[in-house]
This record gives sequence, C-alpha cells and structure tokens, in this order.
Amino acid sequence: MSETVTLTIDGQEVTVPEGTTILDAAKTIDIDIPVICYHEHLTGNGLCRVCSVDSGGRVQSAACVTQCGQGMEVDTQSEDVKRGRRTILEMLASTVDLSEAPEIQEMMDELDADAQRFPEGSKAREHEIMDDNPFYLRDYNQCVNCWRCVQVCAEDAQYTFALSFNGRGFDTSIATYQDNGMMDTSCVFCGQCVGVCPTGALKPKRQAMLEEGYDPDSIFEATRRKRKNKS
Amino acid sequence: MSHNGRPDFIEIASIEPKVDLSLFQSYLNEVGSRGRQMLLPALHKAQELYGWCPREVQEAISLALHVPLADIHGVIEFYTMFYNEPTAKQVIRVCEDPACTLGGADAVIAAMQDKLGLQHGETAADRSITFEKVPCLGMCELAPVALNGDKPAAHLTADNVDAFLDGSHPEPVAQPYGEVRHLLKRVGKVDPLSYGDYVANDGYIGLDKALELSPEDLISTVESFGILGRGGAMFPLGRKWLFTRGAPGDASEKHIVVNADESEPGTFKDRCLMEEDPFALIEAMTIASYGVGAENGWIFVRGEYPRSFARLQNAVDKARDAGKLGKDINGKKGFNFDIEVRLGAGAYICGEETALFEAIEGKRGFPRIKPPFPTTHGLFYKPTSANNVETLVAMLHAINMGVDAWRGYGTEQSPGTKLYCVSGNVEKPGIYELPFGATGRELLAMAGGVSNGKALKGVLMGGAAGVFVDDSKLDYPLTYEGSREGGFPLGSGVFMVFDEDADIARAMYELSRFFAHESCGKCFPCQLGSQRQMEIMERVAFPEKETATGQGVMATDKQILLDVGFTMTETSLCGLGQTAGSAVLSAIELWPDLVKSKK
Repeated sequence: MSETVTLTIDGQEVTVPEGTTILDAAKTIDIDIPVICYHEHLTGNGLCRVCSVDSGGRVQSAACVTQCGQGMEVDTQSEDVKRGRRTILEMLASTVDLSEAPEIQEMMDELDADAQRFPEGSKAREHEIMDDNPFYLRDYNQCVNCWRCVQVCAEDAQYTFALSFNGRGFDTSIATYQDNGMMDTSCVFCGQCVGVCPTGALKPKRQAMLEEGYDPDSIFEATRRKRKNKS
Repeated sequence: MSHNGRPDFIEIASIEPKVDLSLFQSYLNEVGSRGRQMLLPALHKAQELYGWCPREVQEAISLALHVPLADIHGVIEFYTMFYNEPTAKQVIRVCEDPACTLGGADAVIAAMQDKLGLQHGETAADRSITFEKVPCLGMCELAPVALNGDKPAAHLTADNVDAFLDGSHPEPVAQPYGEVRHLLKRVGKVDPLSYGDYVANDGYIGLDKALELSPEDLISTVESFGILGRGGAMFPLGRKWLFTRGAPGDASEKHIVVNADESEPGTFKDRCLMEEDPFALIEAMTIASYGVGAENGWIFVRGEYPRSFARLQNAVDKARDAGKLGKDINGKKGFNFDIEVRLGAGAYICGEETALFEAIEGKRGFPRIKPPFPTTHGLFYKPTSANNVETLVAMLHAINMGVDAWRGYGTEQSPGTKLYCVSGNVEKPGIYELPFGATGRELLAMAGGVSNGKALKGVLMGGAAGVFVDDSKLDYPLTYEGSREGGFPLGSGVFMVFDEDADIARAMYELSRFFAHESCGKCFPCQLGSQRQMEIMERVAFPEKETATGQGVMATDKQILLDVGFTMTETSLCGLGQTAGSAVLSAIELWPDLVKSKK
C-alpha cells in the first residue's frame, strides 16, 4: 500500500498516491493544465514549461515533472502563471510556424496571447523542407523542439538512435548524423516519430500529397518510384 | 545488426582527403573499454591530432566507444570547441565580453582581424590559423585578453597584437590582493608545479588533521565552519557531505566532483586558485573523499582554462607519486581515492552541476530535472558531492587554522573569508580575499577606487547572472545576510566596476548575448527568451544600427523585456535560464531611461 499526499489545486483538495505529478493530480479533479512537450507514454523532460504553475516554491514549477507534496497549495491560474504561459506562447509563435498546431493556437486564444507581439525580423526557424525518403517529410520550420521524435527513436521506444541535434540554444534543431538524408541513417522507418509529433513538422508523405490534391493513384506512383530509386 | 545490438551504419564516401587514423586508433584502443564517458576526451584528442573531427574519426569513435553516430554529431554540435568542419590547429580566441570591452577589446579585435585578414569564425585559406571572438575567458582582471591555442595573453593592445600572434607575448601571472591571505596564501608565492614547494608551505597538514578524525567527526567539524557553496548556490558544504555520505551505495560507487567550469563573465577566482595553488584543491578533495566516503574524484575544468587543466593534471600525477592519491592514502588502510581531470569544450551551461555530469558522461550538456538531487543521483546517477573550487579550498584552510580562528573572521552567519573578482574601471583589478563583512565601498577603495579619478556609475555584483547596483548599495556588508538585505547576490564574488562614462547598455547587450550564446536549448523560455532579449538589447545598445528587427528603441521594448525576463526567471528549467534576465532587469530598474523609446 503506497503512501498518499493531500494538497489543494486551485482551492480544491485532492488526495493522490505519493509520486503523482501535479499534472496528473489536477486531471483527477478535471483541472486541465496546458502542455506541449508532454506525452503520457514518454519520459517527461519538462521542456516547454507552459505547464508551469505556482506551487509555493522560489519560482514556478513545471506540473508535468513536479511531484505533489503534502500540504502543497497549487495555483494553476494566477496572473503570474498566465503571464509566463502567455509569454512562452508568444515567443513560440514568433519563432515557429504553428499553422498546423491547432492545440497550441487554442491555448494562445485562451490566454489572449498576441502572435505578432515581437517585431518583424525577430529570428525564426528557417529550414528547407526535407523530402528525402518515401515515407515522411520533415519541415523543421514547424518544429517546437519538444524532443518527442528523438526520444521515441532512442530509449523511449525504438533504440534506433537516428536522431540528435544541430546547434544549441535558439539555434537547436533536430538533426541526423552529418545531416545525412534519412535513407543514409540508421532510421528503420518505424513511423513512431511521425506519430508523436505535435505539429506538422513530421508528416506522412501520403498525407502531404493528399493535402496537395494528388489522387491516390498518383501518390502510389510517386512513392513507388522513389522506392525503386533507393538502390 | 552488428555486435552489441547496434545497427550497422551506412558508409559514406568522404569528401576530405583520407585521414590517417593510425595515431588516433591506438588512443581509442587504450580508452575504448571505458565506453561513452570517454567521448569528450576522445574528441579533444581528435582536435589535437587533426584540428577538427573528420567523419572517419567520428565513425572510429562510434565503434570504439559504442556511441551512436547521431549522438556524436549532437555532442560536437553542442560544444563550441569541437568542430564539424575543417579548422586550423591554431585557434585564436579573443574575449568580447564586458570587462574586456571596458579594457579596450574593440581596438584589439579590430587589429587582429586586420592583421589576420579573418573575421569571426574564419580559417585562413592555408588552414594555418582560425580566428574567433568568444565569450568571457575568465581573465577579467587582466583585460583585454585572448588565447593563442593553449597560451593565455593579458593586457592586449593594438600594438602588441603581433607579439601575441607570434607567441612571444608573455603569459600573465595572478594578482592577489587583500588584507588577509588564507585562501590566497600560496598564490603567487609557490611554484605551482612543485609538490615539494607545496609541502614546504604548509601543504598536506590539513589531510593529516582530517585523518585523525572519524569521517563523521570530520563532517561535524566542516559543518561548524559554516561554509556555504561559493559557486553562487550557497548550499551548506557540511550538509552536502552528510547527505552524500548517507545515501545508499558504497565508497567505490560514490563521487566527489569539483565544478571548475568557471565561465560566468566577471568570474576568475577559481582560475587563480587552480593555476597558482593546484595542490590545495587536490588535498581538499582528498579530505572531502574521506569525509563523504567516496573513492572517485573528478575535476571538470572549462575548456578555456588550458593552463589550469595542465597544472591540475601535473598536481594529480605528483600527488599520486607521493602516495597522496591511490590506495591506502597516507598509509591509512582502506582509504582509497583518485582523481580524473576532465576538460570542458566551450559551454557555460556545464557549470550547472547536472549538465556537468552529462558532459562527463559524454553527452550534450543538458541540465537534468531536479529532484532527484546529486547527493543521491549525481554522476552516473550515483551519490555525488559536487563542489565549487573555492568552497573546497576554503574548507582546507579552515581545517588548517581550526574552527575558532576561521570563525574569528566574518560574521556569525557568514564566517571566514571570501574571494572577490574585481574588474572593470578600477585602478587595481585582481583577486581579493576579504573577511565576510567588509563593504563594497571598502573593497572598491582597496582596489584603488574608480580608475582615472572618475565617478562611479554602477557595479555588476555577483556575475552575469547577478545585478547592477549603484553607489547607494555600497555600504551593505558583503555577507550572505547583508546581500539579502541589499537585494544583490554575492554569487561567485564578481565586482565589476563601471565608471560614469561607461556604456551600460553595451554591457547589458553583451550579457544578453552571452546568455543567448550559452543557452543549451533544452527548455523553451530560456532558449527563446535569451534570443529575444538579445535582439532588443542590440537595438538599445546601438541605436544607430540597422538590425534585423529594426532600428532604435521601440515603444513596446521595455514591457517585452520585463515579460521575457519574468518568464525566464520564473519558468526556466535550470539556474542559467532563471538568472538570464537578472542583470538586464536590474539595470532597467536602476536606470529606467536606458530603454526609452524616442518615438
């Protein structure tokens, strides 16, 4: 029998098993804390920080990786919490193409975040769309650096280790060894990275071609031709 | 699949001429069995042999250390001193951060670019030399400074650039000051390479004393010194040892890690200790290992401190020869401890202790989520006491002099002495040792006051992650309690002086550029916020310049800086992001007109 802890979230008392995160505890009482990088089946890395809440600490805590403490008083909606959340989203919108990330856009609407807050010319992600294999496209202009693809490619699922990073800081982007095309990496095309991508950065090629108005026959032709060309 | 379940990697034809792998292969054969933790040393070896990390080398490392190629790529991309493209073996690195700018770095950089015909990041066509402008080199008291390969140079001017480039410019020596000399007693007085000289100057007395106590009594003694972490986080040293000692696991799997990744603009105290009194750190670590019960010692030195690295390596080797490291140290049966000195490769974030562990483990220097804390899950996720250089050396001197004498200095809550890194517009920049409780004004007076008889505009206290203060804060005592009351951090002891004519906006821009350059890219607020902060500060600092985001201060800038600073402080994952807005926010508060739109 595991120990439990009792805390309040937005004034509501809740009792959860020790080790439960604030995010999970909030879910049990129908309090939705926004998340971007979090995925329930992947290692939590606390990257996006839009789930930051006031838990009485020196600074805010990321709800997805912070465990509940006995007597903790959590505020998920204070002005300070919203200010941080809104600013992160505004910075993200000035950096990344969020046109195919409806959940993030919804978050922005809820917080009255201004996608145009930063002046024109603020540095944004700028990458060529990569069409280097028959299975999926990589458009890192839409990448928020949530790491999900890197994680499923490595110890969180597939142990294929085809992905890492270029650069660091603002210039961090997902990369392969020496920027090789996917066909020239250890990628086994399991598709898990595409499945967990929260934006349109990774997209099945079929889907992309359907969106562009190609009919199924021509898509089949296109991808088959690519496959023949492999060797 | 190949052995060990790793996928085979597809061979790619190399564009570069064939690389001779024979020398490197013998190195890999030597270290290969240690696996991924040898990745940074192997990449350093590759840099030394080839000047960069060619494909063949990366592929050989992958096979020898069992590291996926993508991960090797990611590591090279992360650390600025590793290169994925051809670079010269001789790299010139010249500092462009605040203390050097105050000292005249602009003219030095212009003269070097002119002489070499190279801009930042460029390599000469014959591959003889590479030129880089880099963040703070940790020699602020000697500004302006640069590195020519492994050789540091101080007090550069446009006139001595030739001597610097041909290697004939003399290497600098430490400049210790202060009314008491405990931590600095041997600095500048002994031959830092000589074990005999160290022993002849009260070396290894502390270890003898410590070994007379039980480890538990040693920890109680250390707790009674009241030493808080001198790297800026202020965690009580004795407590950290106690937690690490109490964590599950035996001595063979516990670690003493010294954080010598001193990289914060304005900070150079640890460099002075490591360069001029390296044996003191080795002795202090040995005492720590006895108290904690940890047999593995590591010193992680920033890549820009080649001299510290060499002198520490020499000290470790000589201490081992003298029976002060290894098995049954000092003849005490079962007391085993050894030290490995590791070299960083250009990443301030590795001064964050968990990022430092990742670097030793051969990964990108991403900080980890805490908890769990290093005392239970540190290096290799084993119990680890991670300590700053000055913290351990202070402990050594406290043991040498005894608790009463140590507590005879300072205040009840801030006992003993502290090192300060004085730089900028001041007559006698250098490293100063003072008892806790002296005021900023006294420190400034001791350093000869503001240079050229000018008035004071402000002081950057605590470091790049610290705050700007003006004259009104100079009478607070420099103690933990005094700084709390005054609203400034003691941090790493930075005291960078700006005179009435100094360009504060320029310094703010340089600090914001530093954080944008050094953000690891893990969490969103720091990764994005440090960039946006820098973009705005560039327009503030250079109102005449046409930048990517426009020209001059905009009406929205101040509120954006406040929101971005708030967000980085409150929501960033680690201490770097949480302090990346600190100096800028403090300057805006102190000098509201700095960020004022003319429109």
